[in-house]
Amino acid sequence: MFSYTFHWNQAFRALPQMLDGALVTLEIALLSMAIGLALAIALTVFRLSGNRVLSGVATAWVEVARNTPALFQIYMAHFGLGNFGIHLSPFTALLAGIAFNNAGYLAENFRGALKAIPETQARAGRSLGMSSLQAFRYIVLPQMLRVAFLPATNQMVWAILMTSLGVTVGMSSDLAGVTQELNARSFRTFEFFALAAVIYYLIAKAVTLAARLLAARMFRY
Amino acid sequence: MIEIENVHKSFGSLEVLKGIDLTVRKGEVVTVIGGSGSGKSTLLTCINGLETIASGRVVIDGTDVHAKSTDLNKLRQKVGIVFQQWNAFPHLTVLENVMLAPRKVLGLPKEKAEEIAVKQLTHVGLAEKLSVYPSRMSGGQQQRMAIARALAMSPTYMLFDEVTSALDPMLVGEVLDTLRMLASEGMTMICVTHEMKFAREVSDRVAFFHQGIMAEIAPPEQLFDAPQHTETKKFLAATH
Repeated sequence: MFSYTFHWNQAFRALPQMLDGALVTLEIALLSMAIGLALAIALTVFRLSGNRVLSGVATAWVEVARNTPALFQIYMAHFGLGNFGIHLSPFTALLAGIAFNNAGYLAENFRGALKAIPETQARAGRSLGMSSLQAFRYIVLPQMLRVAFLPATNQMVWAILMTSLGVTVGMSSDLAGVTQELNARSFRTFEFFALAAVIYYLIAKAVTLAARLLAARMFRY
Repeated sequence: MIEIENVHKSFGSLEVLKGIDLTVRKGEVVTVIGGSGSGKSTLLTCINGLETIASGRVVIDGTDVHAKSTDLNKLRQKVGIVFQQWNAFPHLTVLENVMLAPRKVLGLPKEKAEEIAVKQLTHVGLAEKLSVYPSRMSGGQQQRMAIARALAMSPTYMLFDEVTSALDPMLVGEVLDTLRMLASEGMTMICVTHEMKFAREVSDRVAFFHQGIMAEIAPPEQLFDAPQHTETKKFLAATH
């Protein structure tokens, strides 16, 4: 009934190749987080701006990013835009799709964090002669970052895992892409994907741990 | 000099200040007493422009606080305010709390801001707490820190909004002592308070607010010992 013979050696021999792929995965995740963070700050400012058009755009972005499959967002960046003559490489399309998704989740995270800081904090700053921008920059923002930090860490882990969706748009140099190619050549699906899963797991855990250490250093109060 | 002329203020349909007139000269200590909702705290936030007013004028050293052309950020450097809830900045140490505005608002170099902060914190008895985060301190200590934070801007005037109301009875004394010290140093102060004994001791004049009106204002011995207004008498009888 169970006649499958494991061939782990084949998988382990491919480990250096897979680790190279893991670096690409990490690169995309980090880039998508950096872009996503910048966009999320812009979206948060748009939503608070009081300008109907800006806040409408920002709300629509957040709604779509959080309520449609990440796979579709990546597909749209690659094939959807392709229909309009905008051709993004698999790498760029994957990065764009994940950054779009990150921005939506992070913007919502920021909004919650902002609500968690009592208005009296900014008021105390204003009463010391600070402009509203100074009160935000020196009093509200640092406290907001603490509230937003752990959820943002979760998003980083999610971004790492989302990179694996790149295989659907022809991404072949990241961990999922490399694994998929090795699998196609050897049909050792279980071994290769199990090993890749362990690598994803270790990266995710390392990121979480690094974030915890960073948080302990940054937020001492 | 702070000149308050016929100030009206409403929150929605509720008129909380119904034409207040009050002039506070330099060096004077005026305390404001009265029941909850009498408008006394609102008056303080109208003085430094944290709240707008419906009509009337507040003039501080010749500057109309609520005029469109007034730079409120600049004006507030001159008028310190301390609130019932001290609003410590939790992410900054005690020293950093006090240094922040001198550095960012006055643009002082770090060393100078630190020198001022240490001086003010020593003044209020917190010299031992410089590197502590506010969450590690009692309410009374945090409130004294908030006072030092306001003083670090070298204000000409200080407004105190029920600064002991949120404190444990045990901690009220240390904060009142700080206020007494400032009064004795000649700081111009308007204190909204429920501490009658304190008001009697430190005030040049005591104002009694009732339902948005300043019902009576007089030197403390007169207001406490021979109140003229019926509502003042009722209030004092109830609080004794």
